[in-house]
Amino acid sequence: MEYKLADFKTPVHNDWCAGCGDFGILNAIQMSLYELEIPPHQAAIFSGIGCSGKTPHFINTFGIHTLHGRVLPFAQGAKLANPNLKILAVGGDGDGLGIGSGHFVNSGRRNIDLTYIIYNNGVYGLTKGQASPTLKLGMKTKSLPQPNVNDSINPIALACISGFTYIARGYSYDIKHLKEVIKKGIEHEGLSFIDVLQPCPTYNDINTKEWYQSFTLDENNPSIRIPKIYKLEEEGYNGVVDNDEESSNKIIKAIEKSKEWENRIPVGVFYENKNTPTYEERIQSRIDNYKKYPPALQRIRDKNGNPNINIDKLLDELRSK
Amino acid sequence: MVISRESISWVIGGPQGSGVDSASHIFLKSIAMSGLNVFGKREYHSNIKGEHSYFSVRFSNQIVRSPVDDIDILVTFDAETIVRHSPFLMKGGILIYDPDVLGKKIEDIHTLDKSSERRISHILKNNSKEFSLAGIIEELKERKVILVKLPYTKLINKFSEAIQDHSLSKLARITNVMSLAASLAVLDFDIPLMERGILDTFANKPKIAELNVKAANFTYSYVKENFGAIPEKFSFVSKIQNEANSNSIIAQGNQTSPLGKMVAGCRFQTYYPITPATDDSEYLESNQILDQNDNDIGSVAVVQTEDEIAAITMAIGAALTGVRACTTTSGPGFSLMAEALGWAGINEVPLLVSLYQRAGPSTGLPTRQEQGDLLFAINAGHGEFPRIVYSSGDIEESFYDTIRVFNYADIFQTPVIHMLDKYLSNSIITCSPFEYKNLKIERGKLLEGNSIETKQQGFPDHFRRFELNDDPITMRVPLGTENGIFWNTGDEHDEMGHITEDPETRISMMEKRSSKLELIQNRIPKEEQIAIEFENNISRNVKKLIVIVSWGSTKGAILDSLEKITDLDDKTQFLYLQIKLLNPFPGKLLEDIVNNKMKKLNTGDNKISKIETIITIIEMNYLSQLDVLIKQNTTLQSDHNILKYNGRPMSHTEIYNSLINIINNQSDRRVVLRDGV
Repeated sequence: MEYKLADFKTPVHNDWCAGCGDFGILNAIQMSLYELEIPPHQAAIFSGIGCSGKTPHFINTFGIHTLHGRVLPFAQGAKLANPNLKILAVGGDGDGLGIGSGHFVNSGRRNIDLTYIIYNNGVYGLTKGQASPTLKLGMKTKSLPQPNVNDSINPIALACISGFTYIARGYSYDIKHLKEVIKKGIEHEGLSFIDVLQPCPTYNDINTKEWYQSFTLDENNPSIRIPKIYKLEEEGYNGVVDNDEESSNKIIKAIEKSKEWENRIPVGVFYENKNTPTYEERIQSRIDNYKKYPPALQRIRDKNGNPNINIDKLLDELRSK
Repeated sequence: MVISRESISWVIGGPQGSGVDSASHIFLKSIAMSGLNVFGKREYHSNIKGEHSYFSVRFSNQIVRSPVDDIDILVTFDAETIVRHSPFLMKGGILIYDPDVLGKKIEDIHTLDKSSERRISHILKNNSKEFSLAGIIEELKERKVILVKLPYTKLINKFSEAIQDHSLSKLARITNVMSLAASLAVLDFDIPLMERGILDTFANKPKIAELNVKAANFTYSYVKENFGAIPEKFSFVSKIQNEANSNSIIAQGNQTSPLGKMVAGCRFQTYYPITPATDDSEYLESNQILDQNDNDIGSVAVVQTEDEIAAITMAIGAALTGVRACTTTSGPGFSLMAEALGWAGINEVPLLVSLYQRAGPSTGLPTRQEQGDLLFAINAGHGEFPRIVYSSGDIEESFYDTIRVFNYADIFQTPVIHMLDKYLSNSIITCSPFEYKNLKIERGKLLEGNSIETKQQGFPDHFRRFELNDDPITMRVPLGTENGIFWNTGDEHDEMGHITEDPETRISMMEKRSSKLELIQNRIPKEEQIAIEFENNISRNVKKLIVIVSWGSTKGAILDSLEKITDLDDKTQFLYLQIKLLNPFPGKLLEDIVNNKMKKLNTGDNKISKIETIITIIEMNYLSQLDVLIKQNTTLQSDHNILKYNGRPMSHTEIYNSLINIINNQSDRRVVLRDGV
């Protein structure tokens, strides 16, 4: 059966603010699934809590809106129980890098094949604009009583040292580019992380659409306008690891790149390594038929409803004689 | 109290890491192979090496289900074990000890706790003995304890010559086996069985096994040569061994629950390391490849997570794919799981939490026994949602219960908390091999298959996971099912699973979920809710009915005690009820059982005077949490609460004494038990 883009949409009323960056991300996800021809019932989208957490309700795939900060373990559990599913996880920067940062780091250790998208706007929007873990030190967005007293997390760098094997960034108003970044993430076999820069038109009055889309003038040639956001691949950056020896160098390069901010903000693929075995492959090395016969697909009872298993050998080990 | 001589109690102790565990395993295995029944219990500190740990074994040709306080044979190789445990040696009991440790000053044993120091000091003072190991030995002599001296260093040197192996550092590690062999020699125990016990314990290490067998035989002969005839009262062991039923298995709680999970079809388990729950997951992972009856090979994925929040949420994510999923934890971990439990509740996800209780609050006594989490398990998580709290009374039950609780989770589509504890987890018992082949696996309204047939009559425009109709339990499909797309959210939801704050829908969904509580009580068979564990025959002389109500692992000590008491007394009628379903609480059923019993007694055989009824609650916590539930849910009024919260399980000795006091009207309302080392 062929699917239309409309098959990935639901009639649920969308209550995000007008001009919210979330819309771009939602559209990019729907277009990615459509263009990759993933049947809606074979995909499941998990989300955390916050405005971004509502995303699954607008997409016609299985949609699991979980707890604050816990989207990754929910999503990993589903993927490990049934590796045939295409799993996406989405959430805000507070969700994934504040309350959920432990899961972020530890997911990297596993490298389970799923795609995690952070909607990064620097504020806790749904609770009315408190500073999130990605807001820079000293910044005072309009709803903060005082400038931000905490320093910020660098999500790309954190993903690099945690072990994510596809690390990219997109901008929510460049849907075409974002969609390509997401598609690559979905196609990547392993844990993908996509940091999406996204204005919060209501609470973040600093990193606005205008700010992201502004230019600086070339010092030597003022007639050249340099856009703040630029694409890594257009400036000769290549983060793809071709052989294992280059991986640590490429990680260091990616971290270096991720520090660029203010006048020059890179988007695109910072790092990709296809050589790290996925957690599924690691399980497969212990359980030969894991991918063919994963936990969710096992027949646990026979037609009479009796257990489809024999534990006599284990009971023999416990026998007194 | 002296428990009758049909059982012998054996204790081995020593610093953690000194081989107490392997010695006790050999002992248990050897004794069980002889056909005797065993009950073993492990006590240890939250420590890797050096603190005192001990293992006590009670064995008999009759059924034994619990420990006693008294010790018949105390096996030691350090000073601390003598100081801690010798006060419990029976007259005529046996102490196996190293004469070289007698020089150690009691005050120099830095790991000794105050309770033990006070106890020994008191005994020595009362018997005018000096405060020293030598004083203890003197006092034991007066109590007619038989002293078996094992000079380990000397013996190891001799042994080293005998086998021509001079690596003494290696040989120093066989002290535990020597002490164990000495105790078997004292019992005149069958040597080939002892050897098999050793080989079984070191099954994967043939060289170590061989060395240990040699050392055991060497010590066995040494004891035989130097310490004459075995005391008459232990001689029954050699007489009856090999006569008893030999079909039994010996199992620990941390094996029976995972075995139950395999049979039940649990194929996904998560955990974060925590005592005493981790052993369950380790057993499951060690045996993760499963023999199926059809031609496929099954398997369990066991995942160690970064914390307990990840453990429960990962298990929930897995459960959404249709697999039977479980997470295993103890109190501190369960505290972290509370929020996610509510998510599973509002989304009607079948999820099992195996909750191995230990003494709290906070880190509490991390390696010790308590039943302090009952009210917490029932109330954990904010807001209201139905959950089943079910508890197992002993190791054997925990196997069968594990299959039941998975069925409950699927049938009622709601989280289930299976209450276990440290005592069940770390105790070992002989029981019948599990009859599992005819057990039923019931999955309720789970659609199995890859797609929903949309052509069927009445199929709605879209699958409605939370359809509002007459049955609060609605069709559930795994993620990945064609035409079965649904949504879940921690927010209140509509029939499709989308967020709603509509007041009418809220009422309907609250009622859909909460009405399951009534269904649970109606559909779970009564005998699975409350087990009538003991009820003696009505005698004409009955004056008093003592109703004992308990939950969980106090069952063994209660049953052991009741069997002894009724030998003595026919004026007292006992009714012992184990509450297994703790939420929703079967209050009406409990009242009915008690009232029917009273009615029966008062109308039978033209009673003139009304029979006195005494309700006694036995549990291991401070508040008497079961009593709180009984008061909330019934009109029954308890007369006695027998409680314990010192971290050590209730012994047969303590419960027997407590019940005797109740029979004789000499019991306080609230009885706090304090025994245990």
